[in-house]
Amino acid sequence: MGKVLLGRYVPGDSIVHRMDPRAKLILSFFFIVIIFLANNWQSYVLLFALTIGSILAARVNFAFFIKGVRPLIWLILFTVLLQIFFSSGGTVFWRWGPFNLSYYGLINGAYVFCRFVLIIFMSTLLTLTTAPLAIADALEKLMMPLKKIKVPVYEISLMLSIALRFVPTLMDETAKIMNAQRSRGVNFGEGSIMQQIKAVVPLLVPLFVSSFNRAEDLATAMEARGYRGGEGRTKYRVHYWQTGDTAGCAVFVIVLIILLFLRHW
Amino acid sequence: MDIVEIKNLTFKYPQQEVQNFNNFNLKIKKGEWLAIIGHNGSGKSTLVRLIDGLLAPESGEITVSGIKLTPESVWDVRSKIGMVFQNPDNQFVGANVEDDVAFGLENAAIPREEMLIRVRQALERVGMWEFADHEPVRLSGGQKQRVALAGIIALKPEIIILDEATSMLDPEGRQSVLEIIRELNQVEHLTVISITHDIDEASNAQRVVVLDDGKIVQDDIPAKIFSHGASLVKIGLEPPFSEKLKEELIKQEIKVPDEYLTKEGMVDWLWQLFSKQ
Repeated sequence: MGKVLLGRYVPGDSIVHRMDPRAKLILSFFFIVIIFLANNWQSYVLLFALTIGSILAARVNFAFFIKGVRPLIWLILFTVLLQIFFSSGGTVFWRWGPFNLSYYGLINGAYVFCRFVLIIFMSTLLTLTTAPLAIADALEKLMMPLKKIKVPVYEISLMLSIALRFVPTLMDETAKIMNAQRSRGVNFGEGSIMQQIKAVVPLLVPLFVSSFNRAEDLATAMEARGYRGGEGRTKYRVHYWQTGDTAGCAVFVIVLIILLFLRHW
Repeated sequence: MDIVEIKNLTFKYPQQEVQNFNNFNLKIKKGEWLAIIGHNGSGKSTLVRLIDGLLAPESGEITVSGIKLTPESVWDVRSKIGMVFQNPDNQFVGANVEDDVAFGLENAAIPREEMLIRVRQALERVGMWEFADHEPVRLSGGQKQRVALAGIIALKPEIIILDEATSMLDPEGRQSVLEIIRELNQVEHLTVISITHDIDEASNAQRVVVLDDGKIVQDDIPAKIFSHGASLVKIGLEPPFSEKLKEELIKQEIKVPDEYLTKEGMVDWLWQLFSKQ
């Protein structure tokens, strides 16, 4: 345990690691948007070049990215197959009832596959090179305008960072409770689905109870340390927007311009 | 000079019938180390929570460092007091060590440049600076409590309250925490109020108050209190765990060695017991 979900961050000291988390977050979203502008193979080549370039700049082992695609492979294949068999146009190679295999279908399938892979690679790059806490910080900064419509931005970001901080603690606790229940004869991961669901109950109940106790203790401790809401606090962690971040944004904008040009080739 | 003065305090929890405190009075001198001992439910934790304004009294007056505790002054009072609680994990707010120390400073709106200096000084003080970027999962209980202490030191309070702060620690962790408290008390003349079941910790104090049912039953120097010997258990100090286990084993008619066993000694003796027979 412990290495699941949020433990994807791989510390390093590349250009990408050192970028401002805000820049990385914005560029990741930006990339997902512009990927829908690509409509021919030239534009996909361009986007692949950008992605591979970013990965090389981050100097992270490529195996991590393949691992990122693997859990989603069935979803990807399903979507690709839908595209292939249900879109029509161009030369039809094969037809059976509502299904038909056409030239456009094949092309569209290939594009959808590329889109998926590119999005997964880019978002994997974000989580591999940015600590979860830095992402939470970036979200806080980017949500600031929402304060005007009374969204409690500080509170949301504190909640997020406390949640992140307690993930490993609760995982440890889960492992402990599982061992305690095993020693009392509960079997986890064995038997029929009903039995497995039943086995989770003696795990969840103590975990819930202890989480509530923790929350109460934490609230008391925070109050004793002078916490009275997010307003008027200073910040210890700061991120600086550097030349590298501006340069990164510039690269993405240039890619967007070329992409728009390629669209109307 | 009295740094904490409690006059005619009356308090009860909303859902309870009985009064936890009725006409309670206590004065704590500046620079003093006061240990509060007593059974579970004797009102120790409630008392320190009242002093910190985490609970509101029904009537009576609490004055901390010259400030009368009212709903308006509660944040000023809290800025004079640093509290360390029992469970090391449940008071660790930050994602890593330096972040956690900074939490209180952020609340007090200290400018960032000064925060950087104070965080570093406080962490060096408790010997945790080299762990500054460690997450709480990578720390032992004693280390986490030292970080909690650093968080308090950074805020420069006048009073430190330990609410059974060492009860979940191993002997080494406990020693390292007490070492720092001793220094803060003797060198920097901080007032220490410690709630404890641990004889070692209580013997560090200059004054011991024994609480029972919201009343002070004894108030004396540690040597006088501890001379009562066997009745220690009655007033809420716990004999070491190995001694308690020994007593239970004797009740089961199992022969145990007469000499005092440390926890490790007890474990060794236990796992060898079966093969010896």
